[in-house]
Amino acid sequence: MSIQEQIRDQLNGSSIVLYIKGTPQMPQCGFSAKAVQLLSACGAHFASYNILENPDLRQGLKEFSNWPTFPQLYIRGELVGGCDIMVELNQKGELKKLVDQAQS
Amino acid sequence: MSTRAVIEQRLRAAFAPEKIEIRDDSAQHAGHASAREGGHYHVLIVAPAFAGLSPIQRHRRIYEALGDLKLAGIHALSLQALAPGEH
Repeated sequence: MSIQEQIRDQLNGSSIVLYIKGTPQMPQCGFSAKAVQLLSACGAHFASYNILENPDLRQGLKEFSNWPTFPQLYIRGELVGGCDIMVELNQKGELKKLVDQAQS
Repeated sequence: MSTRAVIEQRLRAAFAPEKIEIRDDSAQHAGHASAREGGHYHVLIVAPAFAGLSPIQRHRRIYEALGDLKLAGIHALSLQALAPGEH
């Protein structure tokens, strides 16, 4: 399976997917830690993949989404954005709405 | 040219911003495992070009304007992209 197919499989497998550096328990970057914290605070159940463990996935995602940085949050297969966008959405109360919709 | 100057030059050329502030946060991340990949920067940019665009579209436009982040010496980039009046 190509990396692009693997990414599609991962996105099809969970309505909320977060690609980060490290794991939700042990994030390896402040932005990834913040993303995990925001999602958790919204009550999200999400799948998470550690891009530091998988350089092909890291590169594949940059191409898949045409988005150069991590974390990357996907809801229902669509890129929502990175940490700054999550913070912005959260301030407007929209992150929780997206999470609730995805989990309904 | 410093990375900071490169960021400023590329963003000014692309967006003719009303305001642009670039903060180099690299010192806060010194020693962090991937800090060797480049610096950490925070950019606040206010430009008419962002009016009517979603946050994700604004960030995409900025990434396009900056080109390859690693080549530019950027490891991490925090963005605040606003249209005039939102600031």
